[in-house]
Amino acid sequence: MRNNRINTWLYRHKGARAALLLALPVLWLAVAYLGSLAVMLISSLWSVDSFTGNTVHSFSFTNFHTLLTQKVYGTIAIRSIGVAVAVTVIDGLLAIPIALFISKVLKPKFRSVVIALVLVPLWASYLVKTYAWRSMFSDGGVISWALKPFGIHGPGFGLTATTITLAYLWLPYMILPIYAGLDRLPNTLLEASSDLGASARTTFTSIILPIIYPAIIAGSIFTFSLSLGDYIVVKIVGGTTQLVANVIADNVGTAGNLPFAAAMALLPIATILGYLFVVRRSGALENF
Amino acid sequence: MYLSRRAKILLASLTFGTLSFIYIPLIVVALNSFNPSRTFSWPPQSLSTVWWGRLTESNGVLPAIASSIKVGLGATAIALILGTCIAFAVSRYSFYGKNTLSLLVIFPIALPGIITGIALNTTFHTFLDPLNKQLALWTVVVGHATFCIVVVYNNVLARLRRLGQSLEEASQDLGANIFQTFRYITFPLVRSALVAGGLLAFALSFDEIVVTTFTAGPGTETLPQWIFNNLFRPNQAPIVNVVATMLIVLFIFPVWLSQRISQDGSAGGRL
Repeated sequence: MRNNRINTWLYRHKGARAALLLALPVLWLAVAYLGSLAVMLISSLWSVDSFTGNTVHSFSFTNFHTLLTQKVYGTIAIRSIGVAVAVTVIDGLLAIPIALFISKVLKPKFRSVVIALVLVPLWASYLVKTYAWRSMFSDGGVISWALKPFGIHGPGFGLTATTITLAYLWLPYMILPIYAGLDRLPNTLLEASSDLGASARTTFTSIILPIIYPAIIAGSIFTFSLSLGDYIVVKIVGGTTQLVANVIADNVGTAGNLPFAAAMALLPIATILGYLFVVRRSGALENF
Repeated sequence: MYLSRRAKILLASLTFGTLSFIYIPLIVVALNSFNPSRTFSWPPQSLSTVWWGRLTESNGVLPAIASSIKVGLGATAIALILGTCIAFAVSRYSFYGKNTLSLLVIFPIALPGIITGIALNTTFHTFLDPLNKQLALWTVVVGHATFCIVVVYNNVLARLRRLGQSLEEASQDLGANIFQTFRYITFPLVRSALVAGGLLAFALSFDEIVVTTFTAGPGTETLPQWIFNNLFRPNQAPIVNVVATMLIVLFIFPVWLSQRISQDGSAGGRL
């Protein structure tokens, strides 16, 4: 009987049903999670008492002053953005041919197989993949072994290794949107271009590229922001390289300066939001 | 487009090159786990399963796997409940802030893990320090659940959009009440999406290291943390190779399974 009354009440009150569904998730995401982000933003104005190591909950711009005046942080910021851009360019250059091959050259029955080959490693453990590159770049590892006959030394751990490993990790995030974009592009359009006398190169630059441009941008959002926020890769294969994310991590961990870490974290947040703002006009965001 | 033979061969070889780039490092790790030498000089001089046999002897692997499973199950359970609630609300009702909410769900996975990690770390410390409590395993569960919600949400939402509401309306027209309709009609129809979303959420949680690092208490060590902590110790390298190879194989299976089950999205929710 009671069950029935609840049922009737719920049936009549559509708003109540929606509110019941939304109560917990909103509490979790909007209050707890967004609240945490807000606390973090505020905490960037706090400081740490260098004597006691306790957090001082009074507002000052000391952290930002340090960030802006000490040259080393500017260098680290530029280096990090440079790595993120390099990773994005490498992934774009690798992804376009493979996406083009899968969608326009391969026969349909082989397509899903090759796409699966691209997708499966996306799900292999992130840490394991990074570790794999440690054994590639290490002294006496695969790369130095392969380059030995040519008398070249491998790059070892450092900025190059970091960039290659990051490009490796995020490559599927670039291939998939571009493949999806090319898959939607009708073949007849390309045939028309050829019939009208365009060479393959002209077709590529004036038909294919403009059409898959939003897809490339969508992929670049992943490669760019994932690279900017990563500190595990640079710790594993980066040697002594310093990037924004591992400076943040070190300030939370060893240095125990959470407010400074929070201030530093604003750099990737602002850069990523700025990037999203710039590419918003390309229409790439509608793909999500 | 009429590609010349040369262009096709060029594209094919570029594709083959990229696929090798994707697979060679994984194969190297797998081969190294059978390399009996402790220093891993490449190429391996011989193959042996000696390190596989020592897997359980190594200190810390099994407890780390256990805490990873606990965290994964906890986070998946929370994500299943919250993600399903949001998916139903977004697909069936119109309410103020709907677009904001569907964006907010993506936030924890779109922002770098380090941001989510620090934000939660700051909040946990702000609330737990006055109570003299420390970060523990449950704080990791909270962190993981936050970014796992989105994969369940994506899977369930895709299913609900595809299903439409006519079956539920028919059920109510035939006299079933809300609970009966959910139990006999809606739930069976979304069950496989829940399984797929749950598997992906578990895989995502099992793999996570960054959020874990910032939300784990002292003495808590998940499997990725164990790998990271032992990576730099030359003594442990053989066991790390074995665990890594195991993970490559283990990870691929649940993801493949969830793709088979759901068939709603091609990228499986990580995109």
